[in-house]
Amino acid sequence: MSSRAKLVVAVAIASTFMLAVLAAAGFVAGSGLEGQEQAVLAAVLERRLGAVLMIVFVACVFLFLMLRAAYEFLVLPPARAAEEAKAMLEEPATRLTAQGTTELQDLIAGVNRLAARHEARDVEIEARIRAANAAAEADRNRFAVLMSELAQGVIVCNMDGRVLLYNRRARALFADASGQGMAVLGLGRSIYGIFDRHLIAYALENITGRRTAHRHFVAATGAGRLLRVLVAPIPEAGEAAESGTGTDTGRGFSGYMTMIEDMTETFDSESTRDQLLQDLTESSRGPVGNLRAAAETLYDYADMSAEDHQRFLAVVRDEAEGIAGRGEAAARKYAAVLKSRWPLEEMLGSDLLTAARRRIADRCALEVSLEEVDADVWLKVDGFSLLQAMTYFAARLHSEYRIRDLRLRLTRDGAMAHMDLIWSGVFMSTETVMQWELDPMTVAGESSPLTVRDVVERNGGEVWFQRDHASYRAFFRFLLPAASSQQNSPPGAVTAAMDSRPEFYDFDLFKDDELGLAQDDRLLAQLDYTVFDTETTGLEPSEGDEIIQIGAVRIVNRRLLRHEAYEQLIDPQRSLPPQSVKIHGITADMLAGQPPIGQVLPIFRAFVADTVLVAHNAAFDMRFLELKEAATGIRFDRPVLDTFLLSAALFPNQETHRLEAIAERLGVSVMGRHTAVGDAIVTAEVFLKMMPLLAEKGIRTLGEARAASEKTYHARIKY
Amino acid sequence: MAKTILIADDEPNIVISLEFLLKREGYEVVVAHDGMQALERIRERRPDLAILDVMMPHRNGLEVCQDLRQDPQFKDLRIMMLTAKGRDTEVSKGLALGADVYMTKPFATRELIAKVKALIDKE
Repeated sequence: MSSRAKLVVAVAIASTFMLAVLAAAGFVAGSGLEGQEQAVLAAVLERRLGAVLMIVFVACVFLFLMLRAAYEFLVLPPARAAEEAKAMLEEPATRLTAQGTTELQDLIAGVNRLAARHEARDVEIEARIRAANAAAEADRNRFAVLMSELAQGVIVCNMDGRVLLYNRRARALFADASGQGMAVLGLGRSIYGIFDRHLIAYALENITGRRTAHRHFVAATGAGRLLRVLVAPIPEAGEAAESGTGTDTGRGFSGYMTMIEDMTETFDSESTRDQLLQDLTESSRGPVGNLRAAAETLYDYADMSAEDHQRFLAVVRDEAEGIAGRGEAAARKYAAVLKSRWPLEEMLGSDLLTAARRRIADRCALEVSLEEVDADVWLKVDGFSLLQAMTYFAARLHSEYRIRDLRLRLTRDGAMAHMDLIWSGVFMSTETVMQWELDPMTVAGESSPLTVRDVVERNGGEVWFQRDHASYRAFFRFLLPAASSQQNSPPGAVTAAMDSRPEFYDFDLFKDDELGLAQDDRLLAQLDYTVFDTETTGLEPSEGDEIIQIGAVRIVNRRLLRHEAYEQLIDPQRSLPPQSVKIHGITADMLAGQPPIGQVLPIFRAFVADTVLVAHNAAFDMRFLELKEAATGIRFDRPVLDTFLLSAALFPNQETHRLEAIAERLGVSVMGRHTAVGDAIVTAEVFLKMMPLLAEKGIRTLGEARAASEKTYHARIKY
Repeated sequence: MAKTILIADDEPNIVISLEFLLKREGYEVVVAHDGMQALERIRERRPDLAILDVMMPHRNGLEVCQDLRQDPQFKDLRIMMLTAKGRDTEVSKGLALGADVYMTKPFATRELIAKVKALIDKE
């Protein structure tokens, strides 16, 4: 009930009450009177009726005025204060006006004090947030500079392997290595396109198990470059501080960082060896000179005194001894250099066997039993490559000789350890089996560029095939260098390594936006896009026109990644109509020696992997790609959005939806049109500007955008 | 009158040979074991030839050579440098600093004698 209605009701109740009192007084006065008295009273009343009614009326008016005054003084001020309080919630700088009774005024003053305090606190919090943001921004800038100047490649991923960050060096490493430009490394792409998923999983598993801060492995790229990779997990916020408490630190990683060095040069140029050789020759020159001079003097001056003779012989003996010692030292140093080339890590032998057992069970569906395992044996090896080698042997034994009963054994033999893969019943020729060493290792479709021979050499070991006729068993023996036992490593050191890591990952990078939704239900703003354009010999794909250039850029996290562009000229293997040259400016000379479409499409498909395709007038470009499907077997089945159709959905009353017109309408400057990448960039910028406008129209998900596109009239145009 | 030759090398095993050889060739031989000593002996004894090893304690052979060449009173002194490094760059540096001959270890003793003779027995 509004306060005004309350006033009306109050006045009505008061007036009714007063009339009722009067009526009751009249009834009391009139009851029990004789007839004559009644007549007298009636006459009196009749005469005074006007005055009585007047009094009643005045009383009513008085009552109304009293009540209204009370209403204005007692009811209205709190109501107004309540309204002001409501406004104050929206506009924290306003205050309640003092009004009404002193009690109310006290209340209002109290509320105002509360509001002032609240506002001050808000301002302070705001300032603190700003300061924190500024600090974070400064950290981020420092971090960005550090990253870009680093001589190593750096790639940061979340636990799903999505690339969140990489630096210039990493880009250069993989641009060279793949020969496919940017197709392998990019924001939002999977790191498993670069490194074997299992290598990383193995490294992380070891970090968790051993509580070390990082782990190395060596990976070979497709182009045969050797990379030394450091993997370090990134703890979840708050985790780093607790890591010393002895809880399971394996959980609670939000992602990991890989740091990559190209070791190919080190290997190929063997600069370390050269250095050593140079040292050796230079340091030998002096002593050899002494030796030579002494020897020649002895020879040329055979007539010297016995005393001189003795002195020269002493020189010869000393120097020969010195040279021998120096040669020995160099050999030892060289052996150390050889070992340090591979990141060998000390690990418990039984851990390796357990991992091998699991891996063989996993890859080959084979049960492997552990026979005799010396639990005290530590190995200095590259565990992953050894696992690969054992799994590979197990797989071949199984597939080629139907051997199911495999056993593993680990024993120590002085400075070395024996790790045996044993089976019984079947003997094959030594030649056959040892040939396996020299084949590239392939297990269940996964192949490695390395052979078992490479692996044992890398580990400074040996491998051979041996038969034990007495027990009717045969085995592969891996002879591996044992490490001295690890008990002496102080437990504190490991924890310190975890704690001392610098804290530049307070980024918001690690949020996992894999919402598990069907693609059509995902928000446009959360999807990754490849925006592309093609230049062609003409407009009729079905009549023999061909693509001569593809240009594409990526949009990840609503950001246009210009540096992750793809651009490729293509030999159309047909003549170039002169009128088309006027449009795209690409001449036959430029196309000579370029790859044909059949070579380009697989790379382009890798570039667009896991993204939504966007093009202006996409139907045209897609038609060209579809017509190549039969010949190349490459299908582009990613969802497609068309800026032409989206423009028609956004601006139904506009006559033209040409790219230039839309760009102008949306305030996108057009430069370098009619090169494929130039057009792709304009299209991408247009698409980014469209996103909020689409959201205003209620088009938020991919499914909604596709439905809106289909509805537009222009969708019926067919090429 | 016999010519005097100074040998400066910190390795006694080469000094033994050089001293023996040059004495047998009829030269007067003075020995120094480091760069400082070499400079002192040269001032003292005014040799005709100084054979300086590059790698010596205190002052190395190149520094000694440079010092001597800046002093006009030693303009007739011949200087032979001995080195174990034998890098082309180092040879160039030594010759540029005023050495007359550069010999790389291990050298043939006969070649050394021939070079010595060529340097100081010209007259």
